[in-house]
Amino acid sequence: MNFLFYLSAFIAVISTVLVITRTNAVHALLYLIVSLLAVALIFFALGAPFVAALEVIIYAGAIMVLFIFVIMMMNLGGQAAKQEARLLTPGIWIGPSVLILVLAAELIYLFAFEQERFSAGAEVSPKEIGIALFGPYAIGVELASMLLLAGLVGAYHLGRPHRHGKDEGGNS
Amino acid sequence: MHNYLFLIPALPFAGFLILALAGRRLSKTTVALVGAGSVGLSALLTMIMAIEFIGSQGETFTQTLWTWMKVGGFSASISFTLDALSLVMLFVITFVGFLIHIYSTEFMQNDEGYSRFFAYMNLFVGSMLTLVLADNLLLLYLGWEGVGLCSYLLIGFWYKDPANGAAARKAFIVTRIGDTSMAIGLFLLYANLGTLHIQELMHRASAEWQIGSPLALAAAALLLGGAVGKSAQLPLQTWLPDAMAGPTPVSALIHAATMVTAGVYLIARTHVLFTLAPIVQTAVAVIGAATLLLAGFSALTQKDIKRVLAYSTISQIGYMFLALGVGAWSAAMFHFMTHAFFKALLFLGAGVVILAQHEEHDMFKMGGLRKRLPIVFWTFLLGSASLSALPLVTAGFYSKDLILWQAWSSPTGGLWLWLAGLLGAFITSLYTFRMVFVTFFGKEKIALSMKPGRRMVLPLIVLALLSIVGGFVELPETLGNLPLFSSFMSGVFPASSEHAAGTMEQLLQIVASLVAVSGIGFAYILYIRKPAFTEKFAAARPVEALRRFWLSGWGFDSLYDALFVKPFISIARIIKHDPIDSGYDGIVTMNTALHRVLSKTQTGSIRWYAAGIAIGVVVFLGIVIILS
Amino acid sequence: MMATVPMEHGLILAALIFALGFVGVLVRRNIVFMLMSIEIMLNAVGIAFVVAGARWGQPDGQIMFIFILTMAAAEVSVGLALVIQLYHNLKTLDADAANSMKG
Repeated sequence: MNFLFYLSAFIAVISTVLVITRTNAVHALLYLIVSLLAVALIFFALGAPFVAALEVIIYAGAIMVLFIFVIMMMNLGGQAAKQEARLLTPGIWIGPSVLILVLAAELIYLFAFEQERFSAGAEVSPKEIGIALFGPYAIGVELASMLLLAGLVGAYHLGRPHRHGKDEGGNS
Repeated sequence: MHNYLFLIPALPFAGFLILALAGRRLSKTTVALVGAGSVGLSALLTMIMAIEFIGSQGETFTQTLWTWMKVGGFSASISFTLDALSLVMLFVITFVGFLIHIYSTEFMQNDEGYSRFFAYMNLFVGSMLTLVLADNLLLLYLGWEGVGLCSYLLIGFWYKDPANGAAARKAFIVTRIGDTSMAIGLFLLYANLGTLHIQELMHRASAEWQIGSPLALAAAALLLGGAVGKSAQLPLQTWLPDAMAGPTPVSALIHAATMVTAGVYLIARTHVLFTLAPIVQTAVAVIGAATLLLAGFSALTQKDIKRVLAYSTISQIGYMFLALGVGAWSAAMFHFMTHAFFKALLFLGAGVVILAQHEEHDMFKMGGLRKRLPIVFWTFLLGSASLSALPLVTAGFYSKDLILWQAWSSPTGGLWLWLAGLLGAFITSLYTFRMVFVTFFGKEKIALSMKPGRRMVLPLIVLALLSIVGGFVELPETLGNLPLFSSFMSGVFPASSEHAAGTMEQLLQIVASLVAVSGIGFAYILYIRKPAFTEKFAAARPVEALRRFWLSGWGFDSLYDALFVKPFISIARIIKHDPIDSGYDGIVTMNTALHRVLSKTQTGSIRWYAAGIAIGVVVFLGIVIILS
Repeated sequence: MMATVPMEHGLILAALIFALGFVGVLVRRNIVFMLMSIEIMLNAVGIAFVVAGARWGQPDGQIMFIFILTMAAAEVSVGLALVIQLYHNLKTLDADAANSMKG
């Protein structure tokens, strides 16, 4: 199981690097899906099968598919990839890399010095999660549902084709 | 009858109100009636009060009108006290004031500010009466400020000429310095003795303070500061010569007879305080002596007839201060009374002369008025004789001689003070008769432009009579021994200690008389017999320089200009650019600069903002790491 | 049969992926790629939560992850709708072209 963890971690990191360096949007998305699946495996190895499933279903399955649909809808074409290649000069990597290297170093420094062994925890079953969700976190569930409603309405409104120049009475 | 005491100041105030509110709409006759009539009624009431007062053997009478304020432990009421001292002041103010008012009804006849003039004059008389009748120092201070205000208003009466306004401001500001000193003195007295009621204050002061105690010294010195300012003594004497910019009746009433003597009144009223502070009392005498000499020398060189009289006033008040300083309280008040008579007379006469010479003020451009204005000449001559203390027949002789005798014989007097007074007497007669000879004798240079009417001549005659007979109420032992005045005042002042009179006093009187007469003689020689020699003498180089120095009042104006006015103006110029504001402006500028710098970080580019977040996170984590 | 991996390793993994996502946000100019990088960052945070929850054996970490997931879904839908609008208005997907809020 440990090996599974480390292998999945390695794959996740590699595929994330590939995501951010691709010029073609669809390629990047596919690599992102790979990364997400690897993360799901990590969850499974850590004894959290429920969220592993959720990761695959919702994150990789719904959100990424949404991304792909939108990119397809925009119909960018090969031109976009060439433009991307132009914009993504090597020189542009220097500043952010330095900054983020420092950030990563700080984070790793903070995390690395806790000498605790990971105690052999049991697998957390979906039943426990359900009980917790309807117990102490009930209000979070309600708020999450409101958030989703807001997102739904917002996405619907913003996604409609607006005709420019014609006054539709403000926000209709 | 006593209950009408309050009417004496109230009537002039009522006159002021009527004239201030409705004066424009009244005819000149009505204005004159209201203006002069209110003062006349007060004079009448004063006479009645005087008769009652003398009849009741000098019983002090107080009338309280209402409580002015009651705050904390302090209470002051509007109450008037009538005793011998205030009665003498009342008599002079109302009577001489009434005569001057009658004179002004003709003098200001053609002036467009007729009602305004009488309104201010009535306000002045009301304030002055409040000042002398006041029962407590706070009410006295109210009157004090009131007369200061009226002095300002009346000096700058012809306000269209900015020079008059400047003179008025100068008078106000210089006396303000004295007023502030006096106010601090009042604070000190109240803080230490708990009251400002004059009689009570004097009792408590003599009970609680030792002679020479620092509190007494401080309080007396501060009150002296106020008196010096109002009475135009050293070092605050610079305003009075310039105050001659006002109309002549104003100079006669305010700057000769009454307001400038308010300082003398104050010291006389609070004399207990001054006897508790011998150093300050000596200072009073020294200031008086120095001022009388300084002003006398200055008067010797003046060309403007009113300025001669102004410096003469300063000098004569110096005599009063000298008397106060050696403890001769009633002598000072006696000289005040006689001085009011002859100085008002001289000013009114000078007013007629100026009017009759086409508004010319320079004496040396006049001449030969003896034949043309006979009544004016004779009354002026009598007034000048009284001022010079011509022996035996003038009031001035008796009062000035009394002061000189007291200066010699009083335990706090001495040789030097007496010599100063003597020299002053010589100079007084010299400049006085210089004025008379130059103005009235010689060849007529300017034709007459008017002849005075009855209303101007009558006051002159009355005042001339008073200048002669007014002195007979206080005859010294050697000449009849009729001390009516000092016995009248004995209820207020302790008797001034006198050495045995007799030959010493007689000798001194003869010396003083000789000095006065020789002054007249010198003036005669210099200005009638040998005027050409006098001119050549005055033109000689060292004499010319000395003359110019004395003409400018011993350079005090330029001294004060350099010491106070110039630094003040330069500081004002520096502050004109708001240096303190520049601190606040600096904050504003800094903020604006910071804003400009920071607004460059708003590039509108999302990646830039994300980078900002990243940098922030890095910095904070770094701080956490370093601090842990 | 759980993996007994030290918690630090899990957290370090989360940090690494987070850093990579951040780099992506800073470097890429295409808005869609920026959104993708943000998704990576959210995912990394989720890893951190789950690791922590697994360390203690409690469901709280997973519940937090569920909330994050919900929020990511809502955010992505609204964000992509905005991207479509932006593309309609500016005819380009360059983030630097949308800088009229500068100054």
